[in-house]
Amino acid sequence: VCTSRFWFNYRHVANTLSVYRSVKRLGIPDSHIVLMLADDMACNPRNPKPATVFSHKNMELNVYGDDVEVDYRSYEVTVENFLRVLTGRIPPSTPRSKRLLSDDRSNILIYMTGHGGNGFLKFQDSEEITNVELADAFEQMWQKRRYNELLFIIDTCQGASMYERFYSPNIMALASSQVGEDSLSHQPDLGIGVHLMDRYTFYVLEFLEEIHPASQTNMNDLFQVCPKSLCVSTPGHRTDLFQRDPQNVLITDFFGSVRKVEITTETISLDRDLAGFESKIPKDELATETLKYAEQLPVAQIIHQKPKQKDWHPPGGFILGLWALIIMVFFKTYGIKHMKHIF
Amino acid sequence: ASAQFQLAVPVAVVFAPGSVPGDLPRPLPFRDVQEMELSVNLRTTVTSRYETIYRSTTAQEEAALGAATAREADAALHLLQDTSLGSLTMYVVPKTSSLLPQGISVYVGKHRSALVRAGGGLAALRTLLRQLTQVMSFTASSITAALSDRVPDGQLGPDARRHLKSSLGYEITFSLLNPDPKSHAVEWDIEEAVNRYVQPVLDKLSLVANFSVDSQILYYAVLGVTPRFDKESSSFLLSTHSLPHVINPVEARLGSSAASLYPVLNFLLYVPERSHSPLYIQDKDGAPVSTNAFHSPRWGGIMVYNVEAPSSPQTSLPLHVEVDMVRVMEVFLAQLRLLFGLSREELPPEFLLERPGNEGLADWELDRLLWAHTVENIATVSTTLTSLAQLLDKIGNIVIKDDVASEVYRAVASAQSAIAELAAGHLHSAFQASKEAVTSSERAFFDPSLLHLLYFPDDQKFAIYIPLFLPMAVPILLSLAKIVRETRQRKKEPTKMD
Repeated sequence: VCTSRFWFNYRHVANTLSVYRSVKRLGIPDSHIVLMLADDMACNPRNPKPATVFSHKNMELNVYGDDVEVDYRSYEVTVENFLRVLTGRIPPSTPRSKRLLSDDRSNILIYMTGHGGNGFLKFQDSEEITNVELADAFEQMWQKRRYNELLFIIDTCQGASMYERFYSPNIMALASSQVGEDSLSHQPDLGIGVHLMDRYTFYVLEFLEEIHPASQTNMNDLFQVCPKSLCVSTPGHRTDLFQRDPQNVLITDFFGSVRKVEITTETISLDRDLAGFESKIPKDELATETLKYAEQLPVAQIIHQKPKQKDWHPPGGFILGLWALIIMVFFKTYGIKHMKHIF
Repeated sequence: ASAQFQLAVPVAVVFAPGSVPGDLPRPLPFRDVQEMELSVNLRTTVTSRYETIYRSTTAQEEAALGAATAREADAALHLLQDTSLGSLTMYVVPKTSSLLPQGISVYVGKHRSALVRAGGGLAALRTLLRQLTQVMSFTASSITAALSDRVPDGQLGPDARRHLKSSLGYEITFSLLNPDPKSHAVEWDIEEAVNRYVQPVLDKLSLVANFSVDSQILYYAVLGVTPRFDKESSSFLLSTHSLPHVINPVEARLGSSAASLYPVLNFLLYVPERSHSPLYIQDKDGAPVSTNAFHSPRWGGIMVYNVEAPSSPQTSLPLHVEVDMVRVMEVFLAQLRLLFGLSREELPPEFLLERPGNEGLADWELDRLLWAHTVENIATVSTTLTSLAQLLDKIGNIVIKDDVASEVYRAVASAQSAIAELAAGHLHSAFQASKEAVTSSERAFFDPSLLHLLYFPDDQKFAIYIPLFLPMAVPILLSLAKIVRETRQRKKEPTKMD
């Protein structure tokens, strides 16, 4: 998830796309990746090299390429959609690629980057998600067993505050900086004019370049990535909710996808020629009523829906009344003769 | 949430003449109930009740038991018995009967009955009966696997989480992978094969869920793993530890993300390239696997179909290949059974199981699946509703729409009726009720309106309202204080003035 937009946040998009590329390289297919980006970099009028997003100085690696599948783009990247994806409370019309269809044997990797603060993460300059909301969303996922194990990586300022409030089991979290510290960016590219990557993600990616689908590197090595000398901020991690020892957790458990397979040793025996076999009538020939458009929508739901709760604003009368009170008190105290100065 | 399950199985034990043991406690017919408790965790217990009726055969059953082989007897008996889901019938035949082959003391038929050879007294018979009910209905491990959400991780056996979770529907996709269309022009008559061989199995399983089948052919889809060439057998081998890496590169091209929201089962038939033929899968010991296929739990299966080399080098490429669908379907259907968990557990040597034939699964195997799924569904409903209730307690200002509330009521009512039906031994209605309960509870839990974005920490509330109200409040409060002081003074003044 990249939670920023605008040209000067180029590095967040580059971060996210680089992690996306690594994860795809290690075997996870697009159908198992939900990518949320503002996606306003590649075709931004300020981009000197259109249709590209570079992650390394001197424009070595174009992480945009031609098979990036963005599931939530631009204004769809909101706190609400993010929470909907996590908890599964999605409107029925959402396509399969925009859903998180995980079950109790899925390991989930969540990578978030953007601008953050102590206890919150800013989404697209207009809203925030707090660490309590995130922890509650994870708890909702756990209650429905939507994950087996979850790895949460966050690269923002004061990132460690985002994982402080987690309380569901089997979560491991990594952050690029502690509370009170800022995460810094890596290097600007003079040709493009903005910073291209954040330090923490840059070193994580260097680390991931050495991983291949069959590698046995474990999580402890990931914790060592980007010490203070390189990163200037202190990366943190949290493993107390995780049941296994991080020593035994392979990187490919989350970043790649290695499935359990079993050899099929039995067959069933089929009668090759069934005596008296009649070909069944294909089901399409049965007369079916054509579905009217109106029936496809949950009309009952739409009609009876109560109006959405808006945020509570004090009623307009209150403000007027308050001001009337102030003025009355003012003139009562200081005498009515001041009124003529006004009228 | 705590849950008590009572699973009642109606069993009938029918004694053929000459097979009645001498030490019966009461004259036939009589009833007996056996209960066994299995506690899954602190708050979940499962009690199984076997309500057994002991009786002797009717004249028609005796005639059926006079058949030549066990299979014919089974077929004849099937027409005579009460075959409601979940019930079992055991026919005890005399020791000297020729129905059962030598060395076999139990024959389990395709439907819901079994033939048992008498011998020993009632105690030995009871032991055999207990083993038989475990095979044909459910065992402690199958129920524990169904309730795997509630069992602490350490206690789960290897079977837990291997089988497909209970779902309202499944989508089955058959794919033909042809990486080398220049050499092989492969044709498979998948529609015919599905209608002939797969559809009967799915029809039998239609009680469990809705199935939809589709198929596709993918060209230039490679395995992603390079097989080794083995000089001795002059064939190419795929070792066991490279198999897990085969699936992912292919999955990206399978298009399973465009399918429905139900779990997808993929069955892939891979025809190796000319340059990599013949290709065999090696098992742990290095021997080629007879089926040349492997499967991944909860995902599907892959089979490698080798095409023989052309007899003469002058044969024009591409070779026309007509796939032998029966061989392929035998493997795929076996994999389907394994994925669902219908495969047979270890049996004592004197048990003989009848092959289910083209139907794919025996009636009692369907029962096993239904027992496990019903228990799993009810457990899921109870967890879902409890967590929904906890969510609503925590966030007080979520609005519950009317239809969400009615779904919750319906889920609770269906779950209660499912538990009651289970305790009464009606597996069919219990399963239907549990399916309805799961549908309703999922709809209620995942309703889009239940999203709570209403967390306002206290410090944010102060931060917003204090700068607004404090400056406004200062002159008001001071002025009010002044007014109060003035009125007090004025009250005192008239007394002073006069």
